[in-house]
Amino acid sequence: MRNVSFVRSEMLAEQTPPLTSIGFIGWARENLFNGWFNSILTVISLYIVYSFLSFLIPWVLTPTWKATSLNECREINTALTGHHSGACWGVITERWPQFIFGFYDRDILWRPILVFVLFLATIAPILFERVPRKLFLLGPVFPFLAVWLLWGGSIWSPVFSFLGLVLGYLVWRSLKERVNAVILLLSSIGVPIIWWMFLTEPASGLLAEIIPYEIQVLPSRDFGGLLLSLTIGLTAIFCSLPIGIFLALGRQSDLLIVKVLCVWFIEFIRGVPLITLLFVASTLLNIFMPPGTNFDIIMRVVIMVTLFSSAYMAEVVRGGLAGLDSGQYEAANALGFSYWKAQRLIIMPQALKISIPGIVSNFIGVLKDTTLVSVIGLFDPIGLTTVVLADMRWNGVYWELNVFVALCFFVFCFSMSRYSMYLERKLRKEN
Amino acid sequence: MAQHQDFKKPTFELSMLLYDTRYRSTSFQVIALILFFSLIWWLVNNTMSNLAITGKDIDFSFLVHESNYDINQRLLEYDSRSSHGRAAVLGVLNTLVLSAIGCVTATILGVFVGIARLSKNWIVARIMTVHIEIFRNVPLLLWILLIMSMVAHSFPVPKHFRGADPIATMKLFDSVALTNRGFYIPEPLFSNGFGDMGFFSNSFYISIDLIVILAIFIGSIWASGKIKARAKRIQEETGIRPTTWYLRLGVIFIPTILLLVYLGFYLGYPELKGFNFKGGIHLRNSLIALWIALSLYTSAFIAEIVRSGILAVSKGQTEAAGALGIKPNVIMALVILPQALKVIVPPLISNYLNLTKNSSLAIAVGYMDLTGTLMGITLNQTGRELETLLLGMSIYLTISLLISAVINWYNRRNDMVER
Repeated sequence: MRNVSFVRSEMLAEQTPPLTSIGFIGWARENLFNGWFNSILTVISLYIVYSFLSFLIPWVLTPTWKATSLNECREINTALTGHHSGACWGVITERWPQFIFGFYDRDILWRPILVFVLFLATIAPILFERVPRKLFLLGPVFPFLAVWLLWGGSIWSPVFSFLGLVLGYLVWRSLKERVNAVILLLSSIGVPIIWWMFLTEPASGLLAEIIPYEIQVLPSRDFGGLLLSLTIGLTAIFCSLPIGIFLALGRQSDLLIVKVLCVWFIEFIRGVPLITLLFVASTLLNIFMPPGTNFDIIMRVVIMVTLFSSAYMAEVVRGGLAGLDSGQYEAANALGFSYWKAQRLIIMPQALKISIPGIVSNFIGVLKDTTLVSVIGLFDPIGLTTVVLADMRWNGVYWELNVFVALCFFVFCFSMSRYSMYLERKLRKEN
Repeated sequence: MAQHQDFKKPTFELSMLLYDTRYRSTSFQVIALILFFSLIWWLVNNTMSNLAITGKDIDFSFLVHESNYDINQRLLEYDSRSSHGRAAVLGVLNTLVLSAIGCVTATILGVFVGIARLSKNWIVARIMTVHIEIFRNVPLLLWILLIMSMVAHSFPVPKHFRGADPIATMKLFDSVALTNRGFYIPEPLFSNGFGDMGFFSNSFYISIDLIVILAIFIGSIWASGKIKARAKRIQEETGIRPTTWYLRLGVIFIPTILLLVYLGFYLGYPELKGFNFKGGIHLRNSLIALWIALSLYTSAFIAEIVRSGILAVSKGQTEAAGALGIKPNVIMALVILPQALKVIVPPLISNYLNLTKNSSLAIAVGYMDLTGTLMGITLNQTGRELETLLLGMSIYLTISLLISAVINWYNRRNDMVER
């Protein structure tokens, strides 16, 4: 018996979609030419891109990397194209070490490089999970080591400063079980401060006489280029996050006076341009200090940039705190958590997670704002361009220098923003 | 049942200041206050002793002394014999002018870029992404210097405009001259104007024509708003909205145009005289460079705000409005925009604030704003760091607090009820 069916009993073989809706053509129809308006837009945009690139690419691709002066560049470019409008990269070949290290002594460049490598090793376990956790131990050592390697001097002052930290930790560990939280906090902060204020100097001076070991001292005015920007920027970034968190907590606090003080501080700092704060750092900060104090210009700038960025950080963290569901606070209260415990274990991990984009864009802002120090006469990359332009041989190469500096900053800022996107995605996946 | 114990009224002990939650917050606050005041006292004390050592005092009388320097962009009468205080006022005005025009162009550009980034057209969206990333990840100071060198080096010198067959020509029907010394644009003039009016015992003059025109224009806009309100009332009562757009257009523009005709409005064109252009308004290189750089830089941030604002309105809103049978452009105007604006406006205003503060970078290209006058030349000439910086910072702070007051007012007016 034959089975006669009126409907198809088996599936037809799959057919490929029409050529116009797959591959590049399909994609282009979908994304570039759907409708007359989009087609016009596409054509106009392509023309803009073309005219931009047809100007940019010949300008960039000039064989002037070996030229030793602007005139030589112009000769090379004229010989090549008949006009001298190409880029002059010889200046970068000659000056790039200066743009990275400033006037740092050329014989001891290994020191800033080592600091940078150590820095990467220190932040690696924070940034990526697969890095060995033991690298966290580098964290407390790094600041002292970095300062010593960058500025030089006797080995004993960083060692004894670091001992202060160890001392604080020891006090905390030995008293942890015996006294209450407030006394524990006060003593484990107070003991190192006393150590730093009164004992570090004489002790390290004494040991330096017995076992003298010191490396070449570098004055702050030799710092320049990206080294200076990164020193100021990264220090400010890492100091401003904790200060910002405390300011944000203070602003949200029920304690009226604490709240008012925090609000004043934040609003004042956010209300004035950074450049005025830098003017304060360069001309006025010494007036506020006890007579005779004269501390380093980089230090003063770092303090001001840190204060500036911590106020912005506080606002970002406050946004995160406000974005948190109020049930979280209530649940923490219901479980009987103390204020600090609730902040540490429940509120902050979530609030900081929400505010990652803001925090990172604040970091980027700080790094970009370090260029303002050129206005008060420090030689960051932008300040250095004036130095290079003062050289007779390179007088007139604005574009090449500015493009190079822009690229340097772009690399750092762009990678930071990409990292924050990666982190956001990762944290969203974990939830 | 457990027996009730008689509670002793607890006696006050010193340790309760620390352990009892009733007292703890107060005692912490008192400690904070004491620390704060001792910090202030320490700073003031240091300042006083430092000033005593250098033999200085705190004295603002330099503000009425002769400034002995010139300001190239003047909105008010000023010369080098004017006072430092007047120089500071001119600086503030220059800051405000730069910020105002910067905010306008940055908004226009930012809204355009933000919407274009959401375009379904792949290449348009990509170009806008590149624009945003380039401007957000490179320091503003660098953009200002780059655009300054571009403006200063890529336009012809004024003498190229001369002769029967000039190398360079004026643009836009011979009304605008783009030179390496800046742009010259036509200026509005009145053949039969009211003249100027002196304020504060003639310490500065403001054109009465300008005041009258502004007053009439604002009045017209107010009247147009009234017409709109009336149309809305009629719509609520009868369900039919009267057509009022021609009426409103007329109310807004006709009085102002009539006034301009009455005042004898004409444009004064820039003309080449000797080695330079005369007449017209001279926009200096520094202003142009700052304007372009600040607008482009801020537009990248505004674009991201606009984009996230539009994305924040959930798609269901559009679909629900569509299901109710509302037309697409009306959906945009009545459903999407009001909700998106609530998200967009506060960060937008805080970007205006950033732009105003960033305009202090003007000092890098020699534009005489508040930082350049009061905190620049005046500071260097008088050596009064403390006074000039205090004054300058408080002026910036005032501007900022005014702008944040606007944000707070907007937020309060549009506060959404939570839960």
